[in-house]
Amino acid sequence: MSIVAVEQLALRFGERELWHDLSFELAAGEFLAVLGPNGAGKTSLLRILLGQLEPTGGRVVLDRDRVGYVPQQRVFDRDLPLRGRDLVRFGLDGHRWGVARLSGEGRRRVDDVIAAVGASALADKPIGVLSGGEQQRLRVAQALVSDPHLLLADEPLLSLDLGYQQVIVQLLDKRRREAGTPVVFVTHDVNPILHVVDRVLYLGPDGWAIGSIDEVLTSETLSTLYGTEIDVLRVRGRVVVVGTPDAEHVHHVH
Amino acid sequence: MFTDLLGEHFVHTALIAGAVVAIVAGTIGVFVVMRGLSFAVHAISELGFTGATGALVLGLDPVLGMICGSVAVGAVLGVLSLRGRERDSAIGAVLAFGLGLGVLFLSLYQGYATTATNLLFGSIVGVDDAQLLGLAIVAVIVLGAVVVLWRPLYFSGVDPEVARSRRVPVGALTVAVFLLVALTTAEAIQVVGVLLVLTLVITPAAAAQRLTVRPGLTLALSIGIALVSTEGGILLSLAKAWPTSFFISSISFAFYLAARVTSYARERA
Repeated sequence: MSIVAVEQLALRFGERELWHDLSFELAAGEFLAVLGPNGAGKTSLLRILLGQLEPTGGRVVLDRDRVGYVPQQRVFDRDLPLRGRDLVRFGLDGHRWGVARLSGEGRRRVDDVIAAVGASALADKPIGVLSGGEQQRLRVAQALVSDPHLLLADEPLLSLDLGYQQVIVQLLDKRRREAGTPVVFVTHDVNPILHVVDRVLYLGPDGWAIGSIDEVLTSETLSTLYGTEIDVLRVRGRVVVVGTPDAEHVHHVH
Repeated sequence: MFTDLLGEHFVHTALIAGAVVAIVAGTIGVFVVMRGLSFAVHAISELGFTGATGALVLGLDPVLGMICGSVAVGAVLGVLSLRGRERDSAIGAVLAFGLGLGVLFLSLYQGYATTATNLLFGSIVGVDDAQLLGLAIVAVIVLGAVVVLWRPLYFSGVDPEVARSRRVPVGALTVAVFLLVALTTAEAIQVVGVLLVLTLVITPAAAAQRLTVRPGLTLALSIGIALVSTEGGILLSLAKAWPTSFFISSISFAFYLAARVTSYARERA
């Protein structure tokens, strides 16, 4: 049974068409990586799934109740009156009306999920003084605490060192295996998630492709999507894409 | 002399009115500072002045005119819900035009000039029982709304993207914040006047935010500082016949300075 159905989706900004006839379904527990160059509409696809952007054509079918969302990194003001744990708590009850103390059960859930992202020592600090990577881990905790039916993550590994990248990837992987929550993972670098990805959706300048890594991340497919010669190399278990106009995939130095 | 004044009815009324306004202003200030709406508060209060002078020209109650002016501007700003620099320049343009209108209305109004002075700089000791009742009713509305909206209001203020994904009505809450700010401003004008509204709506919350990051404690400190400033200011103006607004703004500014020094010292420690 599919949790998300994307049907003949089209998106156009003025004269520029990003994609059309985009269709795919997401099954329970599936891990989908969304790849593509800047401006290919990766974030726009998430916003359409969230119901925040109207597509030019087609439709998406999903239950928008309890969608866990990790937005693209944004810097919080240094003096914002908000602790890490307050941010995480919003994922649990921030949408409810009224004033209420967190129940013992609620507090335990917040503490557990903060511990799972390795942020227990950061939870009582002002969110604005934490580093980008520390904020990002709390963001993932915030998305997980809501017991989501669907997880949408926009570059969640940005600013994370390799160790914490794997902590986050393993958490999302565990969630989809144990609770069957499908994960839509927008990223510019597929390598940190190669071992967990079921399918890849590649949004290119000349079309899109969906399938397993071996089907999509090939010289042939990407050359078609870019309309120019692209080489996909496998080097020591990593995927390296050479020849994209903006060199997006040729490894970023962080 | 000072102790004699403390027995006077008008002093009691002023102290109660001051407390009501301080609680409301200290509360809403937290959301104003969080959302970076200081300039909007300034604009809303100056257009409250335009509304009040307009009402005077028409022979209506200036307090009513002030509330209408503030709420109208608050609603427009909320619905437009502009961001960043665009918001600042739009507010600046509207504010300047509104003040121009206010000057015109004031020149057309043939009454006492003190009315205008009172609007600009406040006249807390002139508050009568009817006005106090009005202040209390508006306070109940504003505080009631904050209690009901607290969590989504905070959530959407600090983290609008995720709030939207949890189906929090972020746009409607923005309009609500502006309306609440407008009502609060109309309250505060009656105590400290149009030009000094920021001393009750911004300064206490800004000071509180320097002292703590806990949402509940920020609110409590903001209300506390607004209360001490207002009541202290009123009492000092009884002892020394200088303007109440001067004392109120001085005390709240002293809190702000102390809070900045404290947070600076804490960060260095």
